[in-house]
Order: sequence, then C-alpha cells, then structure tokens
Amino acid sequence: MIHTRSAQLAGGFHVQRWTRLSVGSGVATLALIAFLVIVPFLFGADVTQQLTTLLILVILAVMWNALAGYGGLISVGQQAFIGLGAYGTIFLTQHGITPYLAMIVAGLIAGVIALPTSLIMLRLRGGQFAIGMWVVAEVFGILVSLDSSLGGGTGISLNGLDQYAPGYRQAYTFWLTLACATLLLGLVFLLLRRRIGASLQAVRDDEDAAASLGVNVVRSKRVLFVVAAAGCGIAGALYLANTLFIQTPSVFGVQWTAYMLFMVLVGGLGTFEGPILGAIIFYLIQTQFGDSGAWYFVGLGGVAIAFALFLPNGIWGAIDRRLHLRLLPVGYTLRTAAAPPPAVAGDAAGKPPPLAMEDQP
Amino acid sequence: MTWINVLLQGVLLGGFYALLACGLSLMFGVMRIINLAHGDIAVVGAYLVWVIVNQTSISPFLAALIVLPVMWIAGYAMYVLLLERSRRAGQLVPLLTTFGLAIVIENVLLQVFSPDVHSLGSTAGGLATASATFGGVSISALGSLTFGTAVIVLAALQLFLSRTNAGREMRATAQDPDAAQLVGINARAVYARATAIAVAIAALGGIFLAIRSTFDPSTGPTQLIFAFEAVVIGGFGSPWGTLLGGVVLGVAQVVGEQINPQYAILFGHLVFLAVLASPRGGILARRAGEA
Repeated sequence: MIHTRSAQLAGGFHVQRWTRLSVGSGVATLALIAFLVIVPFLFGADVTQQLTTLLILVILAVMWNALAGYGGLISVGQQAFIGLGAYGTIFLTQHGITPYLAMIVAGLIAGVIALPTSLIMLRLRGGQFAIGMWVVAEVFGILVSLDSSLGGGTGISLNGLDQYAPGYRQAYTFWLTLACATLLLGLVFLLLRRRIGASLQAVRDDEDAAASLGVNVVRSKRVLFVVAAAGCGIAGALYLANTLFIQTPSVFGVQWTAYMLFMVLVGGLGTFEGPILGAIIFYLIQTQFGDSGAWYFVGLGGVAIAFALFLPNGIWGAIDRRLHLRLLPVGYTLRTAAAPPPAVAGDAAGKPPPLAMEDQP
Repeated sequence: MTWINVLLQGVLLGGFYALLACGLSLMFGVMRIINLAHGDIAVVGAYLVWVIVNQTSISPFLAALIVLPVMWIAGYAMYVLLLERSRRAGQLVPLLTTFGLAIVIENVLLQVFSPDVHSLGSTAGGLATASATFGGVSISALGSLTFGTAVIVLAALQLFLSRTNAGREMRATAQDPDAAQLVGINARAVYARATAIAVAIAALGGIFLAIRSTFDPSTGPTQLIFAFEAVVIGGFGSPWGTLLGGVVLGVAQVVGEQINPQYAILFGHLVFLAVLASPRGGILARRAGEA
C-alpha cells in the first residue's frame, strides 16, 4: 500500500507520510528483501550463516528500540524472552514437534508468557521496570536450569536439524530468519504507524499527560511489551538454530541487553531505521574486534555512554535531522506548498528528542 | 532449633543487603536515578581493599579507611562527569549511561584482575568463621558486625537527613529541586554529595561482601539485583524500610537454601515478585513514580 498522499492544511502546509524519497526507499527495501531470498543460492553456507546472525541482531535491535524508543520502557531483561524462545524450541522438539515449527511456536509462547509478566512489570516505571525485568530474566534462567531434561545448567543441543544436509539446513534457517525479520519489522512498522504508535510516543514523553488526554496507557504498553517479547523469543529460537547449542548462563545473560543497548543507541533510539543501521554496525564491530575480549566490551560500553550523552538520537537521528531522510516513515512530514524540498520536517506525532522529558515527574 | 538458626542467619544476611541497598535508595530518593552500576561499584571497593591488603597485609578494616574516602571522591567524579549530563538529558538517559558504566567497570576489572575469584575472608583474622553459641542458637561474629554496621550507617544517614543542614538541603532538593534552588540551595552540589555518599556506602557493602564470601569481576550485577529487591520490598521509604526489606530478602534466601541450595536466590526473587504483584506493590510503585 505505497502511495503518495498528502493532506492540505490551512496556510499552505501539507502533511505527508510518504515522500517521493520514502516511496523509493520502500520499493528498494522490498527489492533488498527479494535479493536476500536468493542469497543462499549465490553464496556459500558461511555467508548465509553470517547473514542469519545479522538478521537476528536486526530483530533484537528493532524490538528493544520499540520498547525503549517508542514505549519509554528500558528493559535490562529482554534475555528472559530470548532464553524462553531458545529453550521453548528445545522443549517442543523433545516432544516431537519439527524444529522449524517449534521455533515459531516457542517465540509465540514467549509472547504469551509476556502477558502475565506484564501484569506485574508494567506497574513499574523507569529504572524500576529496568531492573524488575532483569529479575524476571534471572528467575526464568534459574527455573530452566533446575530442569535437568533441559540440560540443567550445563547446556543442551538442538536435535532434529541433522535430518537436513548442512548446506540446506543453513539455507532453511536463513529463510526462516528472513521471513521472521520481515514479518516482525513489518508488524512493528505498521503498529507504530497506527494510532497506538502515536499513543505510545505520547506515553513515552509524558505518561500522566497522555493518560489525561484519554490514552489507555497500560493497554498501549502491554501490546508493545507482548510484541517485543514474541520478537525476542523468535530471535532466541533462531539464535539456537544458528548455533545448535545453548547454555542457560549465556542465553539468559545480560550481555544481550548490552548488545541491544549498543545497537539502538548507536543506530538511533526512537527512529525506525536507526536500529537496523546499529545492528549492521555492531555486526561489523563484532566480526572485527569480537576476539579482543574484555577491552571489546569496555569499548562497547564507552561508546554507548558517549552516544547516550552526546548523540541521543544516534547516527540515524543525526542524519535525519540534517538531511530529512525518512526512508521508512513511521511519522509524517510537514512541508510548505511553496518550497519543494521540505522546509520543516517533523513528525506529526511530535518528534522531540525521544528522551527529552521533563526532569521531574 | 534449626529453623531459629536459619531465621537468625537470614536476619543477619538482611543487614548486609540493607548496607548494599541504602546507597541505591538514597540516589533514587534524591535524584530519581537508579544507578545500574551500583553493584559493580561495590565490587570496585572490594578490589581496592583486596589490592591494599595484598600489598601491605594490613587488616581489611584498616584498608577500608583508605578506600572509603577514595570511593567518596570517585562518587563526586561520577556525578560531575557522567550523571549531571545524563540527568539533564532526560529521565531514561541515566539508565542507559549507568548500564554502560556497569559494562565498562566489569570488563576493566576483568582485564586488570583476570576472572579469578578472590576473598578477603582469611585476612579478617578469623572473624569470618567465628561465632558464639547461646543455648543451641549460633550467632556468627561477622554477620553481627555486618548487621551492626548496617544499623549504624542507616541511623547515621537518618540523622544526617533529619538533623543537619546538608541533610535538610538534600530533602528539600529531593522534594522540589526548582524551589530548592530558589531559596539558594545549589542542587548540583547536593546531587554530587548524595552520589558520593551512595558510592562510599556501596563500597563499604562491597568490602563486607568480600569478607563474608567471594568476589570476581562479574559479581556486581547480582549485588545490584539484591540491593534493588531489598529497596522495593522495603517500600522506597525510610532507611528502616530498607533494613526491613533487606531482612525479608535475607530470610527468604536462607529459607530457600535450607530447602534446597539451588532455591536460595530463586526464593528471594519470588518474594520480590510477590511483593510487586500484591496490591500494596502497585501502590508502592505508583508512589515511587510520583514522589
């Protein structure tokens, strides 16, 4: 449904969602997805595996950004759902479900489990939510490690994928990852463009003001929380398919949050395109410096701090502010009728620097 | 008799958690910042004492007299260099930057000190293992010392906040920073002081951690979680609420451990979640959000 549509406002202003550029980039995105589909035919298994890793990172970054950048919910515990997705897949395959189906189902189960979790967690705000989620992740991790049929704390392998020849397996996993990434990103994209997207950003910017304007704060947050949980669950299941072996301490580990935080802050918190860029940057850094041990993490943390303080909208936010690039528009562009290039560009939903809220509640 | 021992052990453990928690609670109370590097700061305190004790073989308590002022200054620096700007950038930015700081601290420790596990237990002159028995009820010396220290620190904090000028300024700034500025309080200095106090107390908690058990570069996050649980269970209120929260957490963990050693930490988490899920938890969370 890509078509240029604009609404005339008094004073010669147009409110526009799809500019010519974003229609073009939307088409380019579809072309890129079509190209990615044939990647396994063109390149070897190792390229396919690396692209699978990258796509998993993209899913994670987009999910974390949806929570933090649009919902104002900074979670230090999304690894709870990554772990549930991965271990859910193990559990389901142990009970006779084919692995690829099990991955999808496990991701959805993570979303279902997120529903009761949200009843407790969404009572919390800000830092309390952040650490509260961390406790949830710890609890899930401990519960899984207590179950010896899931390998206890020592780790477990995914069985059932060996029925496919390695090359085919890599390709199937890649296609599934690509399909999931496309669907999940599409879902978040559509969600943020609907009324709930504007509601969520209003909640992020001032929860009490949004509530007083009639936004159903808890419901909006809950929808986002469940979607992000399911997304992380599917990412966890795909991660398992890509590595074939998991251990509770690492799959429920807080390093996932460090990765997501880095990708989102560097790419652009509160922008749709930013986390995708951030995931690509993180992937490149990881392949370059991933072996440098602790200093690598010191660098990640330091860079994340620098971005949070000095470039809070990340690289994409900076590009967007200067060039008014909106490749996949979630918001609207306001342009004057006279000047063809947008004189003013901003989201109708209000696009303040995402975290510039009132200091005192 | 076993269960009385278990309960007592849990109460004493609660003193340790209260000690870890009160800095976290102070920073949240004064500036609405939850410092995600709190646990790692405690571990830094432990490492500094460990280095001094290793080099000079003095008692860890003597070494603490050197380390605590250093951590106090580090707290000031942390506020000026990191938190001041974070706080101004919005409510959520301090979470991002303190989490970044936590990653940096953990990995610098890992790089400098290796992942080896250390303990100060053997350097504390038999204190770590000493205990007294009264009619079958055994009280550990270190547990009592920790609990006593926690009570003294909490009482001192309470007195500081209620009786001194600096404390009154801190409470005024916590209530309404703009109004406090209008009557001539330097909010920035107050925030820096609160951070310095919080960091020094966290380091003290870290030193007790190092004496009563072991530590390594990755110990911090768990301590942060325990401290946070104690604060939430205690209800974000007075210092004594924090002590109560610590005791409830400590008892839950020790009871869990008695049933099955694997349940120790799980039971603490479950009590925390149960408090949050209770109607009271909702009120607490809302109050903390509004205050």
